[in-house]
Amino acid sequence: MALNRIWVYAEAADGKVAPIALEMLTKARELAGTVEAVYGGGDTDAVAPALGAHGATKVYATGDLQGSTPGVPVSSAIAKLIGDGDAPDLVLFGTTYEGRDVAARLSVALDKPVVTNNTDIAVDGDAVVLTEPIFGGTKLVRTRFTTPGPNIALIRPKSFAAEESGGGAPEVVTIEVPDQGTAKVKNRHVEETSGPKLDEADIVVSGGRGLGEAEKFQVIEDLAKALKGAPGASRAIVDAGWVPYSYQVGQTGKVVKPNVYIAAGISGATQHLVGMKGAKNIIAINKDAEAPIFSVADLGIVGDVHKVLPKLLEALQSR
Amino acid sequence: MNVVVCVKQIPDPAEPGKLEADNTLDRSGKLILDESDSYGVEMALQLVDAAGGGEVTLVSMAPNNETSGLRTALAMGAAKAILVSDEALSGAGALDTAKVLAAAIKRAEPDLVMAATESSDGYTGTVPEQVAALLGLPSITFAKHVEISGENVDVQRQTELGYDEVEAPLPALVSVTAGVVEPRYPSFKGIMAAKSKPVDQLTLADLGIDPGTVGAAGAGQEIVAVDEAPAREAGEIVEDDGEGFAKIVAFLEDLKVI
Ligand SMILES: Cc1cc2nc3c(=O)[nH]c(=O)nc-3n(C[C@H](O)[C@H](O)[C@H](O)COP(=O)(O)OP(=O)(O)OC[C@H]3O[C@@H](n4cnc5c(N)ncnc54)[C@H](O)[C@@H]3O)c2cc1C
Ligand SMILES: Nc1ncnc2c1ncn2[C@@H]1O[C@H](COP(=O)(O)O)[C@@H](O)[C@H]1O
Repeated sequence: MALNRIWVYAEAADGKVAPIALEMLTKARELAGTVEAVYGGGDTDAVAPALGAHGATKVYATGDLQGSTPGVPVSSAIAKLIGDGDAPDLVLFGTTYEGRDVAARLSVALDKPVVTNNTDIAVDGDAVVLTEPIFGGTKLVRTRFTTPGPNIALIRPKSFAAEESGGGAPEVVTIEVPDQGTAKVKNRHVEETSGPKLDEADIVVSGGRGLGEAEKFQVIEDLAKALKGAPGASRAIVDAGWVPYSYQVGQTGKVVKPNVYIAAGISGATQHLVGMKGAKNIIAINKDAEAPIFSVADLGIVGDVHKVLPKLLEALQSR
Repeated sequence: MNVVVCVKQIPDPAEPGKLEADNTLDRSGKLILDESDSYGVEMALQLVDAAGGGEVTLVSMAPNNETSGLRTALAMGAAKAILVSDEALSGAGALDTAKVLAAAIKRAEPDLVMAATESSDGYTGTVPEQVAALLGLPSITFAKHVEISGENVDVQRQTELGYDEVEAPLPALVSVTAGVVEPRYPSFKGIMAAKSKPVDQLTLADLGIDPGTVGAAGAGQEIVAVDEAPAREAGEIVEDDGEGFAKIVAFLEDLKVI
């Protein structure tokens, strides 16, 4: 039996809907008769077409959040809607900066649990069953809600492929925001990047602590450029300040699923693996033959990054 | 200024994780301070220092009256701790945990509550925000820089594209990322002093929480199965003999990406 209705929390930046929202809408179509989106922002006209094209028949929009971080206003708006009797069976959020905040606050408002870090959703009878990979993705935990809906789940990016439904323009409904909250964004800083985005690139070249020092990251940048890909990093070197946080691949960073992932001087900690295990092809370079990264590598080179990478770069550049 | 830091005590992450018969994480062994929380402890100590007065109180929920991790954070310089331990909490989910922590935090009447963005063993990333909601506090997650200015907390909050400057009025909750500050190592003096610092041990009854509403009994979710994930096929692993780079070039050529 399918569910009646699923809501998907839609995030967007500069009028462009985040891929995770489209991925969740696509999956939700399989599971429920009606799929609708909740949007926390003022530029609904800009985002509604993409949401409709991926299956949302209705978009509940809060209007401009007046500089508030979304946690309080969006959760209070959803809770109000549900309190007024308009309740779905399931509300899906992406495991993102905003998604986690809104989902967590909604769970308190509704006094319902949130099941987190899921990579799959199924409906068994009338129960929702979620899949969470643990221990670096070697085991899959299946969890079922035991309370009646609306249930709340957080979904990892790139768990599903986004596909259009052929749906038309959704109905847009403006919803009340009972509480705007007091945490306010005063300024935004955007780091300049060039080339493809890390989570959209076809090829990702990542470096880790094995590079030895910050200056050595340049070869990773150069390799990424030569392959028309994006550079990435392990958390160790993000924490060390070698590269910005936006480079981080893994549990607390980006989930990437490129055609080719190259890991250089990265040990392959479970928190890194969950972010890149889904790559079609994995190449690892590490001087330690026992490094866990080799357990997921299609091609592993046991060697020194300082020897292998410059030669590789030269070979690529001379083609 | 008084700061409460939520600190989780977890099984040593260097050991392979194990599941109990009921498929919850095995927490029966010795527990240690989650490294993720050492950043919050350090940040709190620095903020109290900068404010020129006040103290840092730790709040933790853990089985078997575990205090090893708390002693580490006390050795770093926290003044005291509140520990909630109760058999009924086995199988507690994130929301249950948040309810317990919120009740304990209330007792300390803090100006600021700190936590980590996510724990190393549970990594739901929802507990801090739930605690804030339960306490009716504003919250800022993913903090990579924290400052107090007057009646407000000013945070640089990590975002997809860079960072946002976010401000909230105190009292508030802030969850920090690793890299917000460099945690200190406890000194020998600190370790000795920590042994006699007060740890207030509480049960659910002490907090006035009905055991039926938290823990497995009230979780609202149950694990139905744990399956082995399909393993990736083993790849070709070769020793670099000076020509390792050529292997990579050939591999990329095969895939027609170059
Ligand atoms: C809650 C939590 C969340 C986390 N989230 C993430 C995350 O999102 N992403 C992430 O990456 N990590 C994450 N981590 C951290 C993770 O556990 C590891 O600490 C981290 O991934 C290690 O980074 P690394 O592989 O670069 O460094 P190390 O583990 O130090 O590995 C360095 C590797 O380089 C190799 N090496 C050294 N010198 C050379 C050389 N000259 N040539 C070739 N190889 C060499 C070594 O053999 C070693 O394998 C998280 C941890 C926690 C607790
Ligand atoms: N049992 C606990 N005791 C104290 N703090 C906790 C506990 N569980 C979670 N926290 C806090 O909440 C943060 C995020 O945890 P989680 O939601 O599990 O990822 C942790 O890093 C701690 O700061």
